[in-house]
Amino acid sequence: MTRVAILRYPGTWSERDFQHALSLVPGVESDILWHEDADLAGYDAAIVPGGFTYGDYVRAGAIAKISPATRALRRFADAGKLVLGSCNGFQILCEAGLLPGALVRNRGLEFRCDWVHMRVESDTTPWTAGLRGAILRMPIAHGEGCWVADDQTLSDVESRGQVMFRYTDERGAATPEANPNGSLANIAGVCNEGRNVVGLMPHPERCSEALLGGTDGYRVLANLAPALAGAAAGIYR
Amino acid sequence: MIFVATIRVLPKSEVRDPQGEAVRGALRSLGLAVSDVRTGKEIVVTFEAASEVAAREAVRLMGTELLANPVIEDYAYELKEGAPA
Repeated sequence: MTRVAILRYPGTWSERDFQHALSLVPGVESDILWHEDADLAGYDAAIVPGGFTYGDYVRAGAIAKISPATRALRRFADAGKLVLGSCNGFQILCEAGLLPGALVRNRGLEFRCDWVHMRVESDTTPWTAGLRGAILRMPIAHGEGCWVADDQTLSDVESRGQVMFRYTDERGAATPEANPNGSLANIAGVCNEGRNVVGLMPHPERCSEALLGGTDGYRVLANLAPALAGAAAGIYR
Repeated sequence: MIFVATIRVLPKSEVRDPQGEAVRGALRSLGLAVSDVRTGKEIVVTFEAASEVAAREAVRLMGTELLANPVIEDYAYELKEGAPA
């Protein structure tokens, strides 16, 4: 059994969607943990869901960064455990320094609520195992999803293969039109150098069953199934 | 001792500021010859510290740990002793 902790901060709103999506993956059980007393002992993976933690005050994810749960998450990540952040969760992981870069106001200023395509650029994380080159279709819903970094960080992230997902058209071409928010190099998701922490702006939990209009999110979350997770860790360690 | 720090946070010059661009466009529509606008925020913090040195260290912690994200923002501050006016 793979045990997954789903963190809930004030203003998190996708925790139940994640728990439902994970209930569809065989061999995975999940708990929703309140941020003030989140004890990650005994868990294999942690998810930081989307939402508007602390009303996005100061910056999206900034106040959640100094919550006890984020300190616990840093120790958890340092121990090599798996961490996934989606949307506001991605913003929190960048604010906390667990992922490179930062997420700023969308170019054009508008909140984008839409379906996007993205190409899986690397399968060298447990979260993206077996998906390299796949074109995934997922929903987005964010106002601050424009990923930025200085030139050196962008160059490092590209050369180290830390770009996990890139916005593309449905055929896999990373065009400016396919970029919903102005992210540098069409980057939709990155991982850390240890490759155990992944963040992305799209919402895998909202496209994990056909009823919701897509199942590509399940392809990412299904990597938490015990047999697959073990295989991936063995191959890429 | 009571201190009041006025902390100003602005996006780094190399980071695009779409809000500033929108404001620039709006100011130009008023007929003004506006060439550039940067938007940020000002945060006024009243706090206690044992000395001015300790107060400056506290403001540095506020700036780097929460109020500004060093990846995208710079901050500057003014420090005054005493309660806010």
